[in-house]
Amino acid sequence: MDTLNEFINKLKTEFGEDYDVSGIDEKTKITEIDWWSSMHALIIIALIDSEYDVIIEPEELKNAQTVEDLYSIIAEKING
Amino acid sequence: MAFVSLHNFSVDGIAAAVPAYSEKNTDYPYFSEKESKLFTKTVGVEKRHIAKQQRLTTSDLALEAAKKMINALNWEKSEIDFLIFVSQSPDYYLPATAIILQDRLGLSKNTLAFDVGLGCSGYIYGLFTAANFLQNGQLKKGLVVVGDVSSYTINKEDKSTYPLFGDAATVTAVSYKENAKPAYFDLHSDGSGYQSIIIPDGGTRNLISEESFKVKDFGNGVKRCNLEVSLNGLDIFNFSVTTVPNSLKEFLQKINKTPEDIDYFVMHQANKLMNEMIRKKLGFSKNQVPYSIDKYGNTSSASIPLTICSELKEVAENKPLKMLLSGFGVGLSWANAYLETNPMVCLPVIEV
Repeated sequence: MDTLNEFINKLKTEFGEDYDVSGIDEKTKITEIDWWSSMHALIIIALIDSEYDVIIEPEELKNAQTVEDLYSIIAEKING
Repeated sequence: MAFVSLHNFSVDGIAAAVPAYSEKNTDYPYFSEKESKLFTKTVGVEKRHIAKQQRLTTSDLALEAAKKMINALNWEKSEIDFLIFVSQSPDYYLPATAIILQDRLGLSKNTLAFDVGLGCSGYIYGLFTAANFLQNGQLKKGLVVVGDVSSYTINKEDKSTYPLFGDAATVTAVSYKENAKPAYFDLHSDGSGYQSIIIPDGGTRNLISEESFKVKDFGNGVKRCNLEVSLNGLDIFNFSVTTVPNSLKEFLQKINKTPEDIDYFVMHQANKLMNEMIRKKLGFSKNQVPYSIDKYGNTSSASIPLTICSELKEVAENKPLKMLLSGFGVGLSWANAYLETNPMVCLPVIEV
């Protein structure tokens, strides 16, 4: 499993080509990023699935307050 | 447990027709440049053909494809025993469109014709029904007409549906062929998800009323009325990347095949990102999984045969193929098929 920082870097790489990702850190509220849309939700779910073999429910993504929360949900799923 | 093997079933030809009029998503006025780029990159749709401008119905498109198919195969119209029309956009509330097509095609009055009301899973259900009719040899030849014109029931100001769906109709000619390799089918339903993709009004549950026509703003670029398609993309996404690959894994186990044994895995063209997740989960290589979603969008039940015509014409005409097919979506309904085809007639995509 990646560290929190590695996870953040993966998010930044995924979106960095098209968006300003410099402000993203562990405290960022994902669904409140100014360019956020439901398409980004799909991309994040796909990214997490391919990187960690874990499926995040859309509800879980919505409920995750911050990037760090999302990371914890992934870690919890991996560790069963 | 709807897992079935059927014998003596042959796919003799596939034809697909789309309206000539098309739109590019880069020209969609409700997308910013960035949104349009992101949509193309993730969902994979660049262009869609739209029937509404030309006032074409599913059966208008199907008629052209069917005429060309019958000619190409040199079939006598009197030999065609059945016509199954699989669609969720029929010409009329009643009668069934299949019966109208029997007449418009000039088929015999002894033709068995009826409609099946399914969407994204419909191609597999259509083939399955046809294969059942053919397997004991009492019926010899049939047409499975599959497609939708979704453009009539989509609001242009709904960003979650308008840039995604395209219109198309297809015809698959099937026949009884003794000792054909068995075809395998696996079919599923989960009605608890009926609201995930739905046109709420206009049936008998919610009768059409003045309220049905009122366009509501749901936020996030979604405006539509209750006579238009409502799509809960995230619900469908999770169903598609968990339930669907799991059912395919079980299906492959039951038929004792691995991805290496299969020439092509043709999936319903739902959403590129989603389809790629399914592909990777099952371990298929990129060149085993053709896409036509870039050119035609999500064409509902037509997407599998349309992809075969658009992407696999040469090989399907010249080589025997081992094909895995999977359709999934509205219902919720999902179904898989494994077919070994002989070189068939595969017409280039027809523009009407």
